Amino acid sequence: MNGSRAATLPIARRLSSFRSDGFPMIPVSILGLLIFVAVFANRPPVWQQGGSEKFLLGSDHLGRDVLSRLIFGARVSIVVGFTAVLVAGVLGTGLGILSGYLGGWVDQVIMRLTDAWLALPALTFAIFLAAVVGPSEMNIVIILGSVYWTRYARVIRGEVLSLKERDFVRLAIVAGCSKRTIMKRHILPNVLNSAIVLGTLMLGVVVVTEAALSFLGVGVPPPKPAWGLMLADGKKGMMAGYWWLTVLPGCCIMFMVLSANLLGDWLRVKLDPQLRQL
Amino acid sequence: MKRYILKRVGFAGISLVLLSVTIFLLVRLTGDPTVLLVEPGASQADMEAIRQQFGLDRPIWVQYGHFVSSLVRGDLGHSFYYRTPVLELYLSRLPSSLMLAAAAMAFSLVIGIPTGIIAAVRVNQWWDSAGKVFALLGLSLPSFWVGLLLILFFSVYLGWLPSSGSGTAAHLVMPAFALGWYFAAAHMRLTRSSMLDVLGSEYVKLARLKGLPEALVIGKHAFKNALIPVLTLAGINLVIMVNVAVVVETVFAWPGIGRLLYEGIAFRDFPVVQATVILNGAMVVVVSLLVDILYAVIDPRIRLAR
Repeated sequence: MNGSRAATLPIARRLSSFRSDGFPMIPVSILGLLIFVAVFANRPPVWQQGGSEKFLLGSDHLGRDVLSRLIFGARVSIVVGFTAVLVAGVLGTGLGILSGYLGGWVDQVIMRLTDAWLALPALTFAIFLAAVVGPSEMNIVIILGSVYWTRYARVIRGEVLSLKERDFVRLAIVAGCSKRTIMKRHILPNVLNSAIVLGTLMLGVVVVTEAALSFLGVGVPPPKPAWGLMLADGKKGMMAGYWWLTVLPGCCIMFMVLSANLLGDWLRVKLDPQLRQL
Repeated sequence: MKRYILKRVGFAGISLVLLSVTIFLLVRLTGDPTVLLVEPGASQADMEAIRQQFGLDRPIWVQYGHFVSSLVRGDLGHSFYYRTPVLELYLSRLPSSLMLAAAAMAFSLVIGIPTGIIAAVRVNQWWDSAGKVFALLGLSLPSFWVGLLLILFFSVYLGWLPSSGSGTAAHLVMPAFALGWYFAAAHMRLTRSSMLDVLGSEYVKLARLKGLPEALVIGKHAFKNALIPVLTLAGINLVIMVNVAVVVETVFAWPGIGRLLYEGIAFRDFPVVQATVILNGAMVVVVSLLVDILYAVIDPRIRLAR
Protein backbone atom coordinates (compact mmCIF):
# COMPACT_ATOMS: atom_id res chain seq x y z
CA MET A 1 0.00 0.00 0.00
CA ASN A 2 2.74 2.31 1.03
CA GLY A 3 4.68 1.43 -2.08
CA SER A 4 1.84 2.14 -4.50
CA ARG A 5 1.21 5.51 -2.90
CA ALA A 6 4.86 6.41 -3.12
CA ALA A 7 4.90 5.43 -6.77
CA THR A 8 2.45 8.19 -7.63
CA LEU A 9 4.36 10.91 -5.79
CA PRO A 10 6.75 13.20 -7.62
CA ILE A 11 10.40 12.34 -7.15
CA ALA A 12 11.18 15.23 -4.81
CA ARG A 13 8.30 14.43 -2.47
CA ARG A 14 9.27 10.80 -2.55
CA LEU A 15 12.83 11.60 -1.58
CA SER A 16 11.70 13.78 1.29
CA SER A 17 9.35 11.06 2.52
CA PHE A 18 12.34 8.70 2.39
CA ARG A 19 14.31 11.00 4.62
CA SER A 20 11.55 11.45 7.15
CA ASP A 21 11.40 7.68 7.62
CA GLY A 22 15.05 7.44 8.58
CA PHE A 23 16.74 6.89 5.24
CA PRO A 24 19.61 4.44 5.82
CA MET A 25 22.40 6.88 4.97
CA ILE A 26 25.27 4.73 6.20
CA PRO A 27 24.58 1.54 4.20
CA VAL A 28 23.71 3.52 1.11
CA SER A 29 26.89 5.57 1.32
CA ILE A 30 29.05 2.48 1.89
CA LEU A 31 27.48 0.74 -1.10
CA GLY A 32 27.76 3.96 -3.07
CA LEU A 33 31.43 4.30 -2.20
CA LEU A 34 32.10 0.68 -3.19
CA ILE A 35 30.32 1.15 -6.51
CA PHE A 36 32.20 4.40 -7.07
CA VAL A 37 35.61 2.82 -6.50
CA ALA A 38 34.54 -0.19 -8.58
CA VAL A 39 33.67 2.05 -11.52
CA PHE A 40 36.78 4.20 -11.36
CA ALA A 41 39.17 1.40 -10.42
CA ASN A 42 41.14 1.59 -13.67
CA ARG A 43 42.90 4.75 -12.52
CA PRO A 44 45.97 4.10 -10.40
CA PRO A 45 45.74 5.63 -6.91
CA VAL A 46 47.42 9.07 -6.87
CA TRP A 47 49.50 8.32 -3.81
CA GLN A 48 51.21 5.46 -5.61
CA GLN A 49 53.63 8.01 -7.13
CA GLY A 50 54.96 8.94 -3.70
CA GLY A 51 58.07 7.13 -2.37
CA SER A 52 57.68 5.84 1.15
CA GLU A 53 53.93 6.01 1.40
CA LYS A 54 53.73 3.95 -1.79
CA PHE A 55 51.60 1.26 -0.19
CA LEU A 56 49.04 3.04 1.92
CA LEU A 57 47.62 -0.17 3.37
CA GLY A 58 50.78 -2.24 2.98
CA SER A 59 51.59 -4.83 0.37
CA ASP A 60 51.17 -8.59 0.08
CA HIS A 61 53.75 -11.37 -0.30
CA LEU A 62 54.22 -10.54 -3.98
CA GLY A 63 54.69 -6.84 -3.27
CA ARG A 64 51.27 -5.91 -4.64
CA ASP A 65 49.56 -2.90 -3.11
CA VAL A 66 46.77 -4.07 -0.83
CA LEU A 67 44.66 -0.92 -1.15
CA SER A 68 44.43 -1.02 -4.91
CA ARG A 69 43.73 -4.75 -4.81
CA LEU A 70 40.93 -4.08 -2.34
CA ILE A 71 39.55 -1.44 -4.68
CA PHE A 72 39.74 -3.69 -7.71
CA GLY A 73 38.29 -6.45 -5.55
CA ALA A 74 35.25 -4.25 -5.01
CA ARG A 75 34.73 -4.35 -8.75
CA VAL A 76 34.78 -8.15 -8.81
CA SER A 77 32.41 -8.45 -5.86
CA ILE A 78 30.02 -5.85 -7.20
CA VAL A 79 29.98 -7.13 -10.78
CA VAL A 80 29.59 -10.75 -9.72
CA GLY A 81 27.15 -9.90 -6.92
CA PHE A 82 24.82 -7.70 -8.94
CA THR A 83 24.75 -9.85 -12.06
CA ALA A 84 24.24 -13.06 -10.07
CA VAL A 85 21.37 -11.46 -8.15
CA LEU A 86 19.95 -10.26 -11.47
CA VAL A 87 20.23 -13.69 -13.09
CA ALA A 88 18.64 -15.38 -10.07
CA GLY A 89 15.98 -12.67 -9.90
CA VAL A 90 14.98 -12.85 -13.56
CA LEU A 91 14.86 -16.65 -13.50
CA GLY A 92 13.05 -16.89 -10.17
CA THR A 93 10.59 -14.06 -10.82
CA GLY A 94 9.77 -15.38 -14.28
CA LEU A 95 9.16 -18.90 -13.04
CA GLY A 96 7.24 -17.60 -10.01
CA ILE A 97 4.88 -15.57 -12.22
CA LEU A 98 4.36 -18.46 -14.65
CA SER A 99 3.75 -20.89 -11.84
CA GLY A 100 1.41 -18.62 -9.89
CA TYR A 101 -0.60 -17.29 -12.81
CA LEU A 102 -0.92 -20.32 -15.05
CA GLY A 103 -1.50 -22.80 -12.21
CA GLY A 104 -2.30 -26.39 -13.06
CA TRP A 105 0.47 -28.72 -14.16
CA VAL A 106 2.86 -25.83 -14.90
CA ASP A 107 2.55 -24.80 -11.27
CA GLN A 108 3.04 -28.38 -10.09
CA VAL A 109 6.17 -28.90 -12.17
CA ILE A 110 7.79 -25.59 -11.25
CA MET A 111 6.99 -25.87 -7.56
CA ARG A 112 8.22 -29.46 -7.25
CA LEU A 113 11.39 -28.38 -8.99
CA THR A 114 11.73 -25.43 -6.60
CA ASP A 115 11.18 -27.64 -3.55
CA ALA A 116 13.70 -30.17 -4.75
CA TRP A 117 16.20 -27.46 -5.54
CA LEU A 118 15.69 -25.75 -2.16
CA ALA A 119 16.43 -29.03 -0.42
CA LEU A 120 19.92 -29.22 -1.93
CA PRO A 121 22.71 -27.66 0.10
CA ALA A 122 23.50 -24.42 -1.74
CA LEU A 123 27.20 -24.01 -0.92
CA THR A 124 28.18 -27.64 -1.55
CA PHE A 125 26.26 -27.62 -4.79
CA ALA A 126 27.88 -24.39 -5.90
CA ILE A 127 31.30 -25.89 -5.14
CA PHE A 128 30.45 -28.94 -7.20
CA LEU A 129 29.26 -26.85 -10.14
CA ALA A 130 32.39 -24.73 -9.93
CA ALA A 131 34.58 -27.84 -9.83
CA VAL A 132 32.88 -29.22 -12.95
CA VAL A 133 32.68 -26.13 -15.15
CA GLY A 134 35.96 -24.58 -14.02
CA PRO A 135 36.60 -21.22 -12.39
CA SER A 136 35.80 -17.96 -14.14
CA GLU A 137 33.78 -14.88 -13.25
CA MET A 138 31.14 -15.72 -15.84
CA ASN A 139 30.73 -19.25 -14.48
CA ILE A 140 30.41 -17.97 -10.91
CA VAL A 141 27.56 -15.70 -11.98
CA ILE A 142 25.77 -18.58 -13.69
CA ILE A 143 26.36 -20.90 -10.74
CA LEU A 144 25.13 -18.43 -8.12
CA GLY A 145 22.15 -17.53 -10.30
CA SER A 146 21.17 -21.13 -10.80
CA VAL A 147 21.56 -21.95 -7.11
CA TYR A 148 19.65 -19.00 -5.63
CA TRP A 149 16.64 -18.49 -7.96
CA THR A 150 14.37 -20.68 -5.80
CA ARG A 151 13.82 -18.07 -3.09
CA TYR A 152 12.40 -15.63 -5.62
CA ALA A 153 10.18 -18.28 -7.20
CA ARG A 154 8.58 -19.16 -3.85
CA VAL A 155 7.86 -15.61 -2.71
CA ILE A 156 6.76 -14.27 -6.11
CA ARG A 157 4.42 -17.20 -6.70
CA GLY A 158 2.69 -16.48 -3.40
CA GLU A 159 2.22 -12.85 -4.37
CA VAL A 160 0.89 -13.73 -7.81
CA LEU A 161 -1.67 -16.10 -6.30
CA SER A 162 -3.27 -13.23 -4.41
CA LEU A 163 -2.83 -10.68 -7.22
CA LYS A 164 -4.63 -13.03 -9.60
CA GLU A 165 -7.85 -12.64 -7.62
CA ARG A 166 -7.77 -8.85 -7.67
CA ASP A 167 -10.30 -6.83 -9.67
CA PHE A 168 -7.83 -5.24 -12.10
CA VAL A 169 -6.65 -8.64 -13.25
CA ARG A 170 -10.21 -9.92 -13.63
CA LEU A 171 -11.07 -6.80 -15.58
CA ALA A 172 -8.11 -7.40 -17.87
CA ILE A 173 -9.32 -10.96 -18.49
CA VAL A 174 -12.84 -9.70 -19.27
CA ALA A 175 -11.36 -7.06 -21.57
CA GLY A 176 -9.79 -9.88 -23.53
CA CYS A 177 -6.11 -9.47 -22.72
CA SER A 178 -3.95 -12.45 -23.50
CA LYS A 179 -2.33 -14.32 -20.64
CA ARG A 180 1.03 -13.02 -21.76
CA THR A 181 -0.09 -9.40 -21.65
CA ILE A 182 -1.64 -9.83 -18.22
CA MET A 183 1.51 -11.38 -16.82
CA LYS A 184 3.70 -8.73 -18.38
CA ARG A 185 1.63 -5.58 -17.90
CA HIS A 186 -0.45 -6.29 -14.81
CA ILE A 187 1.32 -8.90 -12.70
CA LEU A 188 5.02 -8.14 -13.24
CA PRO A 189 4.96 -4.46 -12.16
CA ASN A 190 3.12 -5.45 -8.99
CA VAL A 191 5.66 -8.05 -7.90
CA LEU A 192 8.72 -5.95 -8.74
CA ASN A 193 8.82 -4.40 -5.26
CA SER A 194 9.17 -7.78 -3.61
CA ALA A 195 11.71 -8.86 -6.17
CA ILE A 196 13.83 -5.79 -5.46
CA VAL A 197 13.65 -6.29 -1.70
CA LEU A 198 14.61 -9.94 -2.05
CA GLY A 199 17.37 -8.99 -4.46
CA THR A 200 18.91 -6.55 -1.99
CA LEU A 201 18.84 -9.16 0.76
CA MET A 202 20.24 -11.79 -1.61
CA LEU A 203 23.14 -9.49 -2.53
CA GLY A 204 24.70 -10.13 0.87
CA VAL A 205 24.29 -13.90 0.57
CA VAL A 206 25.71 -13.92 -2.95
CA VAL A 207 28.74 -11.79 -2.03
CA VAL A 208 29.59 -14.10 0.88
CA THR A 209 29.15 -17.20 -1.27
CA GLU A 210 31.35 -15.75 -4.00
CA ALA A 211 34.00 -14.93 -1.39
CA ALA A 212 33.77 -18.45 0.02
CA LEU A 213 34.11 -20.02 -3.43
CA SER A 214 37.08 -17.80 -4.28
CA PHE A 215 38.61 -18.60 -0.88
CA LEU A 216 38.36 -22.32 -1.66
CA GLY A 217 39.93 -21.81 -5.08
CA VAL A 218 36.85 -22.57 -7.17
CA GLY A 219 35.66 -18.99 -7.58
CA VAL A 220 37.30 -16.13 -9.37
CA PRO A 221 40.64 -17.39 -10.81
CA PRO A 222 43.86 -16.16 -9.09
CA PRO A 223 45.41 -13.14 -10.78
CA LYS A 224 42.14 -11.24 -10.29
CA PRO A 225 41.97 -9.41 -6.97
CA ALA A 226 38.81 -10.90 -5.44
CA TRP A 227 38.37 -10.42 -1.69
CA GLY A 228 37.95 -14.13 -1.06
CA LEU A 229 41.17 -14.86 -2.94
CA MET A 230 42.99 -12.18 -0.97
CA LEU A 231 41.88 -13.88 2.24
CA ALA A 232 43.16 -17.22 0.96
CA ASP A 233 46.51 -15.59 0.10
CA GLY A 234 46.61 -13.73 3.40
CA LYS A 235 46.17 -16.97 5.34
CA LYS A 236 49.70 -18.00 4.37
CA GLY A 237 51.26 -14.95 5.99
CA MET A 238 48.98 -14.91 9.00
CA MET A 239 51.26 -16.88 11.31
CA ALA A 240 54.13 -14.53 10.43
CA GLY A 241 52.12 -11.59 11.70
CA TYR A 242 50.95 -10.03 8.41
CA TRP A 243 47.57 -9.34 9.98
CA TRP A 244 46.45 -6.70 7.47
CA LEU A 245 46.27 -9.25 4.65
CA THR A 246 43.56 -11.07 6.61
CA VAL A 247 41.75 -8.24 8.36
CA LEU A 248 41.29 -5.78 5.49
CA PRO A 249 39.64 -7.91 2.77
CA GLY A 250 37.31 -9.36 5.40
CA CYS A 251 36.36 -5.85 6.50
CA CYS A 252 35.43 -5.03 2.91
CA ILE A 253 33.23 -8.13 2.65
CA MET A 254 31.65 -7.35 6.00
CA PHE A 255 30.88 -3.73 5.11
CA MET A 256 29.38 -4.69 1.79
CA VAL A 257 27.20 -7.46 3.23
CA LEU A 258 26.20 -5.37 6.23
CA SER A 259 25.17 -2.49 3.95
CA ALA A 260 23.20 -4.78 1.68
CA ASN A 261 21.39 -6.32 4.66
CA LEU A 262 20.59 -2.97 6.25
CA LEU A 263 19.39 -1.53 2.98
CA GLY A 264 17.33 -4.64 2.30
CA ASP A 265 15.71 -4.49 5.74
CA TRP A 266 14.88 -0.85 5.27
CA LEU A 267 13.49 -1.38 1.77
CA ARG A 268 11.42 -4.28 3.02
CA VAL A 269 9.69 -2.16 5.62
CA LYS A 270 9.40 0.74 3.20
CA LEU A 271 8.14 -0.98 0.07
CA ASP A 272 6.25 -3.98 1.28
CA PRO A 273 4.72 -4.25 4.73
CA GLN A 274 3.67 -7.82 3.96
CA LEU A 275 7.27 -8.96 3.71
CA ARG A 276 8.15 -7.78 7.22
CA GLN A 277 7.65 -11.27 8.56
CA LEU A 278 10.05 -12.80 6.07
CA MET B 1 -1.29 -38.93 8.57
CA LYS B 2 -0.31 -41.79 6.28
CA ARG B 3 -1.13 -39.66 3.27
CA TYR B 4 0.96 -36.81 4.55
CA ILE B 5 3.97 -39.06 5.14
CA LEU B 6 3.62 -40.66 1.71
CA LYS B 7 3.48 -37.21 0.14
CA ARG B 8 6.61 -36.03 1.95
CA VAL B 9 8.45 -39.24 1.06
CA GLY B 10 7.43 -38.69 -2.56
CA PHE B 11 8.81 -35.14 -2.52
CA ALA B 12 12.04 -36.35 -0.95
CA GLY B 13 12.27 -39.00 -3.66
CA ILE B 14 11.85 -36.34 -6.34
CA SER B 15 14.61 -34.30 -4.70
CA LEU B 16 16.96 -37.27 -4.72
CA VAL B 17 16.20 -38.11 -8.35
CA LEU B 18 16.72 -34.48 -9.33
CA LEU B 19 20.00 -34.42 -7.42
CA SER B 20 21.30 -37.50 -9.20
CA VAL B 21 20.08 -36.36 -12.63
CA THR B 22 21.64 -32.91 -12.21
CA ILE B 23 25.00 -34.26 -11.12
CA PHE B 24 24.96 -36.92 -13.80
CA LEU B 25 24.06 -34.50 -16.59
CA LEU B 26 26.48 -31.79 -15.47
CA VAL B 27 29.38 -34.19 -15.57
CA ARG B 28 28.34 -35.56 -18.96
CA LEU B 29 27.37 -32.35 -20.73
CA THR B 30 30.06 -29.89 -19.70
CA GLY B 31 32.82 -31.65 -21.59
CA ASP B 32 34.36 -35.08 -21.86
CA PRO B 33 33.60 -36.92 -18.59
CA THR B 34 36.61 -39.18 -19.10
CA VAL B 35 38.82 -36.18 -18.41
CA LEU B 36 37.16 -35.80 -15.00
CA LEU B 37 36.91 -39.50 -14.17
CA VAL B 38 40.44 -40.42 -15.12
CA GLU B 39 43.50 -39.49 -13.08
CA PRO B 40 45.38 -36.43 -14.22
CA GLY B 41 48.19 -37.52 -16.51
CA ALA B 42 46.63 -40.86 -17.46
CA SER B 43 47.52 -42.57 -20.71
CA GLN B 44 45.27 -43.01 -23.73
CA ALA B 45 44.80 -46.69 -22.83
CA ASP B 46 43.63 -45.78 -19.31
CA MET B 47 41.08 -43.39 -20.77
CA GLU B 48 39.79 -46.13 -23.06
CA ALA B 49 39.50 -48.46 -20.09
CA ILE B 50 37.47 -45.87 -18.16
CA ARG B 51 35.23 -45.34 -21.18
CA GLN B 52 34.61 -49.08 -21.30
CA GLN B 53 34.06 -49.38 -17.56
CA PHE B 54 31.50 -46.57 -17.36
CA GLY B 55 30.01 -47.35 -20.75
CA LEU B 56 30.53 -43.79 -21.91
CA ASP B 57 30.07 -44.82 -25.54
CA ARG B 58 26.55 -46.10 -24.90
CA PRO B 59 23.27 -44.05 -24.96
CA ILE B 60 22.83 -41.57 -22.14
CA TRP B 61 19.88 -43.31 -20.40
CA VAL B 62 21.87 -46.56 -20.22
CA GLN B 63 24.67 -44.57 -18.63
CA TYR B 64 22.22 -43.02 -16.16
CA GLY B 65 20.88 -46.47 -15.21
CA HIS B 66 24.43 -47.62 -14.64
CA PHE B 67 25.17 -44.51 -12.56
CA VAL B 68 22.10 -44.97 -10.33
CA SER B 69 22.58 -48.70 -9.88
CA SER B 70 26.14 -48.22 -8.70
CA LEU B 71 24.96 -45.44 -6.36
CA VAL B 72 22.36 -47.75 -4.85
CA ARG B 73 24.99 -50.48 -4.40
CA GLY B 74 27.08 -47.95 -2.49
CA ASP B 75 29.80 -47.92 -5.13
CA LEU B 76 30.82 -44.27 -5.41
CA GLY B 77 34.13 -44.85 -7.10
CA HIS B 78 37.73 -44.83 -5.90
CA SER B 79 39.68 -41.81 -4.78
CA PHE B 80 42.65 -41.06 -7.03
CA TYR B 81 44.61 -39.60 -4.16
CA TYR B 82 43.87 -41.91 -1.24
CA ARG B 83 43.46 -45.09 -3.33
CA THR B 84 40.49 -46.23 -1.27
CA PRO B 85 36.74 -46.43 -1.96
CA VAL B 86 35.22 -42.98 -1.58
CA LEU B 87 32.38 -44.22 0.62
CA GLU B 88 34.89 -45.52 3.20
CA LEU B 89 36.71 -42.19 3.12
CA TYR B 90 33.46 -40.30 3.60
CA LEU B 91 32.34 -42.46 6.52
CA SER B 92 35.73 -42.15 8.21
CA ARG B 93 35.44 -38.34 8.10
CA LEU B 94 31.79 -38.18 9.13
CA PRO B 95 32.35 -38.45 12.92
CA SER B 96 34.67 -35.41 12.96
CA SER B 97 32.16 -33.39 10.97
CA LEU B 98 29.30 -34.38 13.24
CA MET B 99 31.33 -33.57 16.32
CA LEU B 100 32.15 -30.11 15.00
CA ALA B 101 28.53 -29.53 13.98
CA ALA B 102 27.27 -30.69 17.38
CA ALA B 103 29.66 -28.37 19.21
CA ALA B 104 28.74 -25.45 16.94
CA MET B 105 25.05 -26.23 17.42
CA ALA B 106 25.40 -26.35 21.20
CA PHE B 107 27.19 -23.01 21.10
CA SER B 108 24.60 -21.43 18.82
CA LEU B 109 21.70 -22.59 20.99
CA VAL B 110 23.36 -21.52 24.24
CA ILE B 111 23.88 -18.04 22.79
CA GLY B 112 20.83 -17.80 20.55
CA ILE B 113 17.97 -18.97 22.77
CA PRO B 114 18.60 -16.85 25.90
CA THR B 115 19.36 -13.69 23.92
CA GLY B 116 16.25 -14.29 21.81
CA ILE B 117 14.10 -14.66 24.90
CA ILE B 118 15.53 -11.56 26.54
CA ALA B 119 14.97 -9.59 23.31
CA ALA B 120 11.35 -10.74 23.15
CA VAL B 121 10.59 -10.07 26.80
CA ARG B 122 12.20 -6.64 26.68
CA VAL B 123 10.93 -5.89 23.21
CA ASN B 124 11.93 -2.47 21.82
CA GLN B 125 14.19 -1.78 24.77
CA TRP B 126 17.96 -1.63 25.01
CA TRP B 127 18.38 -5.42 25.09
CA ASP B 128 16.30 -5.84 21.97
CA SER B 129 18.36 -3.31 20.03
CA ALA B 130 21.58 -4.95 21.18
CA GLY B 131 20.13 -8.27 20.03
CA LYS B 132 19.29 -6.81 16.63
CA VAL B 133 22.84 -5.57 16.18
CA PHE B 134 24.16 -8.98 17.20
CA ALA B 135 21.85 -10.75 14.75
CA LEU B 136 22.83 -8.40 11.94
CA LEU B 137 26.54 -8.90 12.62
CA GLY B 138 26.05 -12.65 12.87
CA LEU B 139 24.36 -12.78 9.50
CA SER B 140 26.86 -10.43 7.83
CA LEU B 141 30.24 -11.78 8.92
CA PRO B 142 31.44 -14.61 6.70
CA SER B 143 32.25 -17.62 8.89
CA PHE B 144 35.69 -18.19 7.39
CA TRP B 145 36.71 -14.63 8.15
CA VAL B 146 35.53 -14.99 11.75
CA GLY B 147 37.69 -18.12 11.85
CA LEU B 148 40.72 -16.28 10.50
CA LEU B 149 40.26 -13.43 12.99
CA LEU B 150 40.01 -15.94 15.83
CA ILE B 151 43.28 -17.55 14.72
CA LEU B 152 44.92 -14.14 14.51
CA PHE B 153 43.83 -13.19 17.99
CA PHE B 154 43.89 -16.40 20.01
CA SER B 155 46.68 -18.29 18.24
CA VAL B 156 49.03 -15.71 16.79
CA TYR B 157 48.61 -12.82 19.24
CA LEU B 158 47.72 -14.52 22.53
CA GLY B 159 48.97 -18.02 21.72
CA TRP B 160 46.23 -19.64 23.80
CA LEU B 161 44.64 -22.01 21.31
CA PRO B 162 46.03 -24.25 18.54
CA SER B 163 45.42 -22.73 15.13
CA SER B 164 44.64 -25.95 13.28
CA GLY B 165 44.22 -29.69 13.56
CA SER B 166 42.08 -31.77 15.87
CA GLY B 167 42.34 -34.12 18.81
CA THR B 168 41.82 -32.16 21.99
CA ALA B 169 38.95 -30.03 23.22
CA ALA B 170 41.09 -26.93 22.69
CA HIS B 171 41.15 -27.69 18.97
CA LEU B 172 37.37 -27.65 18.85
CA VAL B 173 36.75 -24.24 20.43
CA MET B 174 37.55 -21.89 17.56
CA PRO B 175 36.04 -23.91 14.68
CA ALA B 176 32.85 -24.42 16.68
CA PHE B 177 32.63 -20.71 17.42
CA ALA B 178 33.29 -19.68 13.81
CA LEU B 179 30.73 -22.14 12.49
CA GLY B 180 28.12 -21.52 15.18
CA TRP B 181 28.30 -17.74 14.98
CA TYR B 182 25.98 -17.35 12.00
CA PHE B 183 23.55 -19.93 13.37
CA ALA B 184 23.50 -18.28 16.79
CA ALA B 185 22.16 -15.15 15.09
CA ALA B 186 19.60 -17.14 13.10
CA HIS B 187 18.42 -18.99 16.22
CA MET B 188 18.25 -15.74 18.14
CA ARG B 189 16.03 -14.17 15.50
CA LEU B 190 13.69 -17.13 15.39
CA THR B 191 13.50 -17.44 19.20
CA ARG B 192 12.60 -13.78 19.42
CA SER B 193 9.82 -13.87 16.85
CA SER B 194 8.45 -17.18 18.06
CA MET B 195 8.52 -15.96 21.66
CA LEU B 196 6.72 -12.75 20.64
CA ASP B 197 4.01 -14.86 18.97
CA VAL B 198 3.55 -16.97 22.06
CA LEU B 199 3.57 -14.00 24.44
CA GLY B 200 0.63 -12.53 22.52
CA SER B 201 -1.41 -15.74 22.69
CA GLU B 202 -4.54 -16.40 24.75
CA TYR B 203 -3.05 -18.93 27.12
CA VAL B 204 -0.24 -16.62 28.14
CA LYS B 205 -2.81 -13.87 28.78
CA LEU B 206 -4.78 -16.36 30.86
CA ALA B 207 -1.68 -17.32 32.82
CA ARG B 208 -1.06 -13.67 33.56
CA LEU B 209 -4.70 -13.08 34.52
CA LYS B 210 -4.50 -15.97 36.96
CA GLY B 211 -1.87 -13.88 38.68
CA LEU B 212 1.11 -16.13 38.02
CA PRO B 213 4.45 -14.45 38.59
CA GLU B 214 6.00 -13.18 35.37
CA ALA B 215 9.01 -15.49 35.67
CA LEU B 216 6.71 -18.51 35.73
CA VAL B 217 4.65 -17.24 32.80
CA ILE B 218 7.74 -16.84 30.68
CA GLY B 219 9.68 -19.83 31.95
CA LYS B 220 6.92 -22.38 32.01
CA HIS B 221 4.11 -21.33 29.68
CA ALA B 222 5.76 -19.30 26.97
CA PHE B 223 9.26 -20.74 26.76
CA LYS B 224 8.28 -24.36 26.12
CA ASN B 225 5.97 -23.51 23.25
CA ALA B 226 8.27 -20.96 21.73
CA LEU B 227 11.00 -23.59 21.61
CA ILE B 228 9.26 -25.93 19.12
CA PRO B 229 10.04 -24.01 15.89
CA VAL B 230 13.56 -23.22 17.13
CA LEU B 231 14.37 -26.87 17.74
CA THR B 232 12.90 -27.87 14.39
CA LEU B 233 15.14 -25.36 12.66
CA ALA B 234 18.07 -26.55 14.74
CA GLY B 235 17.50 -30.11 13.50
CA ILE B 236 17.77 -29.04 9.88
CA ASN B 237 20.58 -26.62 10.64
CA LEU B 238 22.71 -29.41 12.08
CA VAL B 239 22.91 -30.99 8.62
CA ILE B 240 23.29 -27.62 6.94
CA MET B 241 26.24 -27.04 9.26
CA VAL B 242 27.98 -30.19 8.03
CA ASN B 243 27.62 -28.72 4.54
CA VAL B 244 28.57 -25.12 5.28
CA ALA B 245 31.53 -26.28 7.37
CA VAL B 246 33.65 -26.73 4.25
CA VAL B 247 35.13 -23.23 4.59
CA VAL B 248 35.60 -23.38 8.35
CA GLU B 249 37.15 -26.85 8.13
CA THR B 250 39.51 -25.57 5.47
CA VAL B 251 40.56 -22.64 7.64
CA PHE B 252 41.25 -24.83 10.70
CA ALA B 253 42.40 -27.95 8.82
CA TRP B 254 39.65 -29.84 10.64
CA PRO B 255 39.55 -33.42 9.28
CA GLY B 256 35.85 -33.52 8.40
CA ILE B 257 33.79 -33.92 5.25
CA GLY B 258 34.22 -30.29 4.26
CA ARG B 259 37.96 -30.71 4.33
CA LEU B 260 37.57 -33.86 2.24
CA LEU B 261 35.61 -31.87 -0.34
CA TYR B 262 38.29 -29.18 -0.35
CA GLU B 263 41.04 -31.77 -0.80
CA GLY B 264 39.01 -33.31 -3.61
CA ILE B 265 39.00 -29.95 -5.39
CA ALA B 266 42.62 -29.12 -4.61
CA PHE B 267 43.96 -32.52 -5.77
CA ARG B 268 41.57 -32.70 -8.74
CA ASP B 269 40.18 -35.87 -7.19
CA PHE B 270 36.83 -35.85 -8.97
CA PRO B 271 35.26 -39.06 -7.53
CA VAL B 272 35.67 -37.57 -4.05
CA VAL B 273 34.00 -34.29 -5.03
CA GLN B 274 31.10 -36.05 -6.74
CA ALA B 275 30.52 -38.51 -3.90
CA THR B 276 30.69 -35.84 -1.21
CA VAL B 277 28.12 -33.70 -2.98
CA ILE B 278 25.77 -36.64 -3.56
CA LEU B 279 26.02 -37.91 0.02
CA ASN B 280 25.71 -34.43 1.55
CA GLY B 281 22.68 -33.68 -0.60
CA ALA B 282 21.08 -36.99 0.29
CA MET B 283 21.74 -36.33 3.97
CA VAL B 284 19.99 -32.93 3.82
CA VAL B 285 17.01 -34.39 1.95
CA VAL B 286 16.61 -37.30 4.37
CA VAL B 287 16.96 -35.20 7.52
CA SER B 288 14.47 -32.57 6.28
CA LEU B 289 12.08 -35.43 5.55
CA LEU B 290 12.48 -36.80 9.09
CA VAL B 291 12.02 -33.34 10.61
CA ASP B 292 8.88 -32.75 8.53
CA ILE B 293 7.38 -36.04 9.65
CA LEU B 294 8.34 -35.52 13.28
CA TYR B 295 6.82 -32.06 13.18
CA ALA B 296 3.58 -33.43 11.77
CA VAL B 297 3.46 -36.01 14.55
CA ILE B 298 3.81 -33.24 17.14
CA ASP B 299 1.50 -30.70 15.50
CA PRO B 300 -1.72 -31.96 13.87
CA ARG B 301 -2.32 -28.60 12.18
CA ILE B 302 0.54 -29.31 9.80
CA ARG B 303 -0.59 -32.69 8.56
CA LEU B 304 -4.19 -31.52 8.14
CA ALA B 305 -3.29 -28.40 6.19
CA ARG B 306 -3.22 -28.88 2.46
